[in-house]
Amino acid sequence: MSLQNSGLPDLPQLPKAWILPLVGIVVVLATITTSLFTIPAESEGVVIRFGRYLKTVQPGLHFKWPLGIDSVEILPTRRQLKMEFGFVSSNYTNPYQVGTESERERVMVTGDLNAAIVEWIIQYRIEDPKKYLFDVREPAATLRDLSEAAMREVIGDRTVDEVITIGRQDIETAALGRLRTLVSLYEIGIIVDQVQLKNVNPPPPVQASFNEVNKAQQDRESMINVANGEYNREVPKARGEAESAIQAAEGYALKRVNEAQGDVASFKAMLEQYTKAPEITKTRIYLETMGEVIPKAGPKIIVDESLRQWLPLLAQTSKVGGQNP
Amino acid sequence: MRVPSLLSIFITVTAFAILSNASLYTVNQTEQVIITQFGKPVGEPVTEPGLHIKLPLIQVVNRLDKRFLEWDGSPVGIPTKDKTYIYVEAFARWRINNPLQYFLRLRDERSAQSRLEDILGGEIRNAVAKHELIEIVRSDKNRAPVGDQTLQGASAHIGSLGTLRPISVGRNQIEADVKEAAAYKLNEFGIELLDLRFQRVNYNPDVLDRIHQRMISERQQIAQRFRSEGEGEAAKINGRKERDLNEIRSTAYRTTQQTRGEADARASEIYAKAYSQDPQAADFYKFLKSMEVYRSILTQDSTLVLSTDSDLYSFLKK
Repeated sequence: MSLQNSGLPDLPQLPKAWILPLVGIVVVLATITTSLFTIPAESEGVVIRFGRYLKTVQPGLHFKWPLGIDSVEILPTRRQLKMEFGFVSSNYTNPYQVGTESERERVMVTGDLNAAIVEWIIQYRIEDPKKYLFDVREPAATLRDLSEAAMREVIGDRTVDEVITIGRQDIETAALGRLRTLVSLYEIGIIVDQVQLKNVNPPPPVQASFNEVNKAQQDRESMINVANGEYNREVPKARGEAESAIQAAEGYALKRVNEAQGDVASFKAMLEQYTKAPEITKTRIYLETMGEVIPKAGPKIIVDESLRQWLPLLAQTSKVGGQNP
Repeated sequence: MRVPSLLSIFITVTAFAILSNASLYTVNQTEQVIITQFGKPVGEPVTEPGLHIKLPLIQVVNRLDKRFLEWDGSPVGIPTKDKTYIYVEAFARWRINNPLQYFLRLRDERSAQSRLEDILGGEIRNAVAKHELIEIVRSDKNRAPVGDQTLQGASAHIGSLGTLRPISVGRNQIEADVKEAAAYKLNEFGIELLDLRFQRVNYNPDVLDRIHQRMISERQQIAQRFRSEGEGEAAKINGRKERDLNEIRSTAYRTTQQTRGEADARASEIYAKAYSQDPQAADFYKFLKSMEVYRSILTQDSTLVLSTDSDLYSFLKK
């Protein structure tokens, strides 16, 4: 109440002379603010007059006709934009970066009629702002559709093993090529720079059996390794042993021959003496031998040739006789 | 005095605005316009963007899109020719190429979209039911799959694993056929169909279970194969080990026996040659050998009985 009371009498107090300048200032300000615009460094601006395309302007400060006659659309043509398929990352500014049905986006049928879960991203730029704005409705959504179609075409021509393990690089290249073809056919003013595969997996119920294959592969390797290990433990040892046995045999052979040659040499030397005087040499050797042998022998009994029949008795008392030789 | 004048200014401005607004209109770069007079189209469609004039109040502006428009089909569940239930989702691109006809037949985009859904959905059904699943999945007839080196051998004889079934038509041709058939039907609505693509082709959940089972059994077979390959390889290595061990040991035995035998033979040859060079040598050898024998048989344990007529004592007696 008090506000109304104090406010109402104030209005008429405004000098009449101020009204016109005030209106003028407002008009001028509105004109200036609506006729100046800046384009950020990574963008281009498209100026539209009465709905009609006028021109494309580069980054910087620009003028346009004021009061809604000209309007400007700013597009980040120099920024690389990203789209994700089959998964949703947490923070993003481009509303088209993520799909609404990522669960459905990633399930695919491979060329051998198996199923695979494929997640990927594409990097793209707006190349032609005029086409992007005026020739196509929903260019970004169209790009999403095209990307899915291209990826499924490529996956559909590959086996599940190519998709999951060995063919990633090949798939990225093929999908990029295919997507570029489709995008240029659709004339949406976009250029695709990159297609990148993210997670590519077999469907969850099948994953365990894929891991099983990896495990089996490793089992195979380890079985082979164990067998090779045993081979390497035993065979070189046997080789060494064989070598040693052969060396020993060769040693034996050398010894045997050398000994024989030594024996023969000594025999030959003695034979030479013997041939000079056979009888005397024989006798000498005989006596030398006896002299050497007899003292070493046990009890000795010397009998005359006429006493031969005593012999059996003596044999029984050999111990007594042995005490006094 | 002040109030009526302000009011009159306001009225004049408003009336002018209404009149100009009613007779001036803009056509956007993305639009084409059909002017109707009491609901009936008059004149040619306006396709040139910019500011245009019409009769105020009695003529109405009907705006139609001039751009390429999208059609996003909803999933269609269809059995293929080989009785596999799949879901197909397609998208298409179209534009209004005959605005007048479009306006007369369909009026707005909502009815256009529903007509597109009917016609394209129907054509997709027809096309899918006419072809086997593989024809819809694959597109390049000539592509040969690259084999997984690590699976080589292991996957060689397991079902169709690692191979791509041959096709005679292919996805792109089916898409083109659908497009052609639908384009003809859409033409009478003033719609030009520019392209149609399959966006998603997926198995029905029941079928998917069977597919998973098949994939699992294929993988299990590969795993089994790997294991038995491992066992086989290990057995091979063990066999080679046994063989090598036997070879090494027996060769060594042969060599040692041969070496020893040869040495023995050579030694006895040396002896024989020396001892039998003449009768005298043989005689002397026999004598020496018998001396050696005395040495070895006469030990401390033996009792020696010497007769006086032995050789030894014969020297004494004399």
